[in-house]
Amino acid sequence: MIPAAFEYERPSSLDEALALLADGGDDARPLAGGHSLLPLMRLRLARPTLLVDIGGLNDLRYVRDEGDQIAIGALCTHHALSHAPELSGGCGLIAEVAGQIGDPQVRHRGTIGGSVAHADPASDLPAALLALDAEVVAQGPGGSRSIAAADFFVGPLMSALEPSEILTEVRVAKREGCASGYQKFQRRAQDWAIVGVAAVVESDGGSISNAAIGLTNMSGTPLRATAVEEALAGAADEGAIAEAAKKVSEAGTPFADANASAEFRLHLAEVLIRRVIADAMS
Amino acid sequence: MRRISVTVNGVRHEADVEPRALLVYFLREQLGLTGTNVGCDTSSCGACTVLLNGQSIKACTALAVQADGQDVTTIEGLATNGTLHPMQQAFHDEHGLQCGFCTPGMIMASVGYLSEHSDPDEAEVREALEGNLCRCTGYHNIVRAVLEGAKAMRDSETVVGGGNGAADGSGVAMGRVREGVVVP
Repeated sequence: MIPAAFEYERPSSLDEALALLADGGDDARPLAGGHSLLPLMRLRLARPTLLVDIGGLNDLRYVRDEGDQIAIGALCTHHALSHAPELSGGCGLIAEVAGQIGDPQVRHRGTIGGSVAHADPASDLPAALLALDAEVVAQGPGGSRSIAAADFFVGPLMSALEPSEILTEVRVAKREGCASGYQKFQRRAQDWAIVGVAAVVESDGGSISNAAIGLTNMSGTPLRATAVEEALAGAADEGAIAEAAKKVSEAGTPFADANASAEFRLHLAEVLIRRVIADAMS
Repeated sequence: MRRISVTVNGVRHEADVEPRALLVYFLREQLGLTGTNVGCDTSSCGACTVLLNGQSIKACTALAVQADGQDVTTIEGLATNGTLHPMQQAFHDEHGLQCGFCTPGMIMASVGYLSEHSDPDEAEVREALEGNLCRCTGYHNIVRAVLEGAKAMRDSETVVGGGNGAADGSGVAMGRVREGVVVP
């Protein structure tokens, strides 16, 4: 289908983009790669009156090593991130997840900023940002603010961003010496995750000393599986990991939809936690 | 309406488009390049795959205005002077098609992938084509064709993007003008 008509502007600076958004009011939306917004517009589930195309703001395409943090510009495509050498150690989770999003064509266009700002519960990056305790940087008419990933996702397709703000950067603390991984279950290769699990694991002498688990599509927002994380501390073998994975039910009852019942989602999460931890540890 | 300038298959086109016009409809209906198919219209099937600045994208999930100033290659841009591109020839030789509807997208996705990975194995080809669906389920021959096409491209050191027009994109389309739009 063809999207409903809208006005279109292509600013050449972030300041210009912010001014256009402010003038456009609540029905103006920024457009980056368009791989979250355009599908909704084609289905007429979204009908913005003004698109502010920030795709030309090339100074938002960077992955920068800033000492204790890695800063990722909002316009980095998933393809670029999946090949970014700066994303190592714990931050390697971002590259791993980015390389699993959609399919190659989607990864060539879709951006980290667009995906995160869209806050789709089935999208992959939010669970990773949660597991990495990432920060999201938003620029608005009044300046810039940093929002913890844990506070950013407030509901299905709802984030802490104000309509006048643009997500400009994602910041992740550098964590060397830890392993990470992401696994998801879907029916076809390119499908959205029915459930996904992102994990960051630190180990000490063969047993897990610290684990962070982010869950995709178990709720209206990405979730941390805190009970699993606590139970994983000290786990040293498959049995202990499997016992810990069972605690995923304590993250709450997942929703049911055409793809999966709540019970099936819990089962998938438990299995995926087991697998992703085993893979990360090996 | 908004005026855009897009280089398609080496030829620069100036056109007026509605902001909501999807790239695939601009290519098909305004430029008459109907080799790029619309399959699912939901970013899933990959039948509309074209190269944007050398990278495969789904032309049903891009606005024509987003391609302003960019370089697009469609299936029509692969053959040179009537000689099929090695990947087209490989799909012909290996019977990499049944109904043929997914073929332009399969070929464009393959050519885009091979520009970064010139010597893939079978598993890598299958993964590289995860964004393209064949409704006839004819994947075996498609994968075989891509492997053969990759070999032929390595042997001939094929460069993509030369196509039918000026390779440097300097030429402006010569053709019929309909409602201010240049139609080849």
